[in-house]
Amino acid sequence: MESILTIKNLTKKFGYLTAVKDLSFTINKGNVYGILGPNGSGKSTTLGIVLNVVNKTEGSFHWFDGNTSTHDALKKVGAIIERPNFYPYMTAEQNLKLVCKIKGVGLNKIEEKLEVVGLLDRKNHKFSTYSLGMKQRLAIASALLNDPEILILDEPTNGLDPQGIHQIREIIKQIAAKGTTILLASHLLDEVEKVCSHVVVLRKGVKLYSGRVDEMISSHGFFELKCNKETELLAFIENHPSFSNTKTDSGLITAFLKEPLSSEDFNKQLFENGIILTHLVQRKESLEEQFLQLTDNN
Amino acid sequence: MFRLLNLELQKLLLNRTSKVLIFVSFILPFFVILLSSIKINVFGFFTLELGELGVFNFPIIWHLTTFFASQFKFFFAIVVVSMIGNEYSNKTIKQNLIDGLSKKEFILSKFYAIAFFSLISTVLIGLISFCIGMYYSSYDQIDIIFRETNFLLAYFVKLLGFFSLCLFFGMLVKRSAFALAFLFILFISEWIIFGLITWQFDHHVATKIQNFFPLQSMYNLIEQPFQRVAMSKFPEKAELAYDYLVHWYEIAIVLGWTALFVFLSFKLLKKRDL
Repeated sequence: MESILTIKNLTKKFGYLTAVKDLSFTINKGNVYGILGPNGSGKSTTLGIVLNVVNKTEGSFHWFDGNTSTHDALKKVGAIIERPNFYPYMTAEQNLKLVCKIKGVGLNKIEEKLEVVGLLDRKNHKFSTYSLGMKQRLAIASALLNDPEILILDEPTNGLDPQGIHQIREIIKQIAAKGTTILLASHLLDEVEKVCSHVVVLRKGVKLYSGRVDEMISSHGFFELKCNKETELLAFIENHPSFSNTKTDSGLITAFLKEPLSSEDFNKQLFENGIILTHLVQRKESLEEQFLQLTDNN
Repeated sequence: MFRLLNLELQKLLLNRTSKVLIFVSFILPFFVILLSSIKINVFGFFTLELGELGVFNFPIIWHLTTFFASQFKFFFAIVVVSMIGNEYSNKTIKQNLIDGLSKKEFILSKFYAIAFFSLISTVLIGLISFCIGMYYSSYDQIDIIFRETNFLLAYFVKLLGFFSLCLFFGMLVKRSAFALAFLFILFISEWIIFGLITWQFDHHVATKIQNFFPLQSMYNLIEQPFQRVAMSKFPEKAELAYDYLVHWYEIAIVLGWTALFVFLSFKLLKKRDL
């Protein structure tokens, strides 16, 4: 598979603090990647290094096949970091023109991209008059100007209201649907879960996991059960070979599996033993639960 | 090169404050020189006409106009430090780099803008001096007209050096007001060091060393012309004589500083995490 970004043993120290420690991973074309981690885990530093604004301490990275210089490679990349940064005294259109000049692309895409993010009718207004949501959308338009091979988003919904968050997510989904590679850094797990196929999990600058979202922890999921004969149900589960442990919380029993078992078979077994359920749900851990498990265990 | 200059011009000319300051720094000296060249009647008491003093004669006019025009360089200095300060406060420097501008290109685009405005200023001053000179000067032989036009070169180098210094201070402290304060501190410390050397050694050595200081070396390019005007009025007073000409080594020193300031600005940006 064609690689877009390769990071090898990257380390960044700020004085005594090690922000990123011996980090390696590869981003391949066509996937949607998430970088997950609590605040201060080194997500933004890592992105800053590959985007040429933070100097690395050790290690290496290269864009595409490794034959282009970083700043030339960045012309084929679209990136938004934390907050939208534009010249407040210029209008949206003028700001985008400046970006076009830097990236060396024609000015003909400006209208099209403003249309995508729904700012076409405000293009002649000064950037300083924009709301945060609009600023963030303008940043996305700016990142899309060169039809990038990869779009890098660092906390794109930070500080936005629910409508703003929804708008940004819709735009990201549209872009992802067109096959653009996306790298999304976030601490909002449901955000990553909704759009990403692969994740890199960081904590304190150390990589805990990198790979597909659904393979993050080896788990067979769990059942959520309710029953009028609670004690009998608990006794049955305790003696069942497929379950590891249970948890009871205000009448809701959560039973964790250690080997695959379908809800159909389980329900049948219970019925044959005279236990009738009033509630049966089979689930896999959400990304949030997986993430917490992963960060707690290490 | 034109791409980088174009970038910087867009940033500057769309900003109302810097547009006004640029306008002032070019138009004000232009008008002051123009106004001083016309006959002014001071409330009917007496008429003031500088032209009659012979200050608009070739070749002294080149010296005079470049000296006065260079006093207005401070307005554009504000533009230079604020164009760095704004990039930091708006964090657009970070965005520029992310969008694919290299750190070298960033510094170069600032330097090209400085060189561009210095050049325009030099051309404007050259033109106005030539016109006023042609109108007032008692001499109109070609060789006298174009003698000492090297003051124009000195003017250009002086602006280039001074604005490069501002660029460096802007990069160093990231904030426009502080950068201007640094400029003032440098000015004072040059005199303090000069004083210390005079006290430790002697005046002669101190002057020699002082000629290598950044601000003093820029001043040396175009020295004050008053003494020269006085000299032309009283040619018998030998103690008035001083060296007012533009020397190649003066230009070399300032160009050296210019190169150093631009290089240091680049090194500073390169080392910095944004």
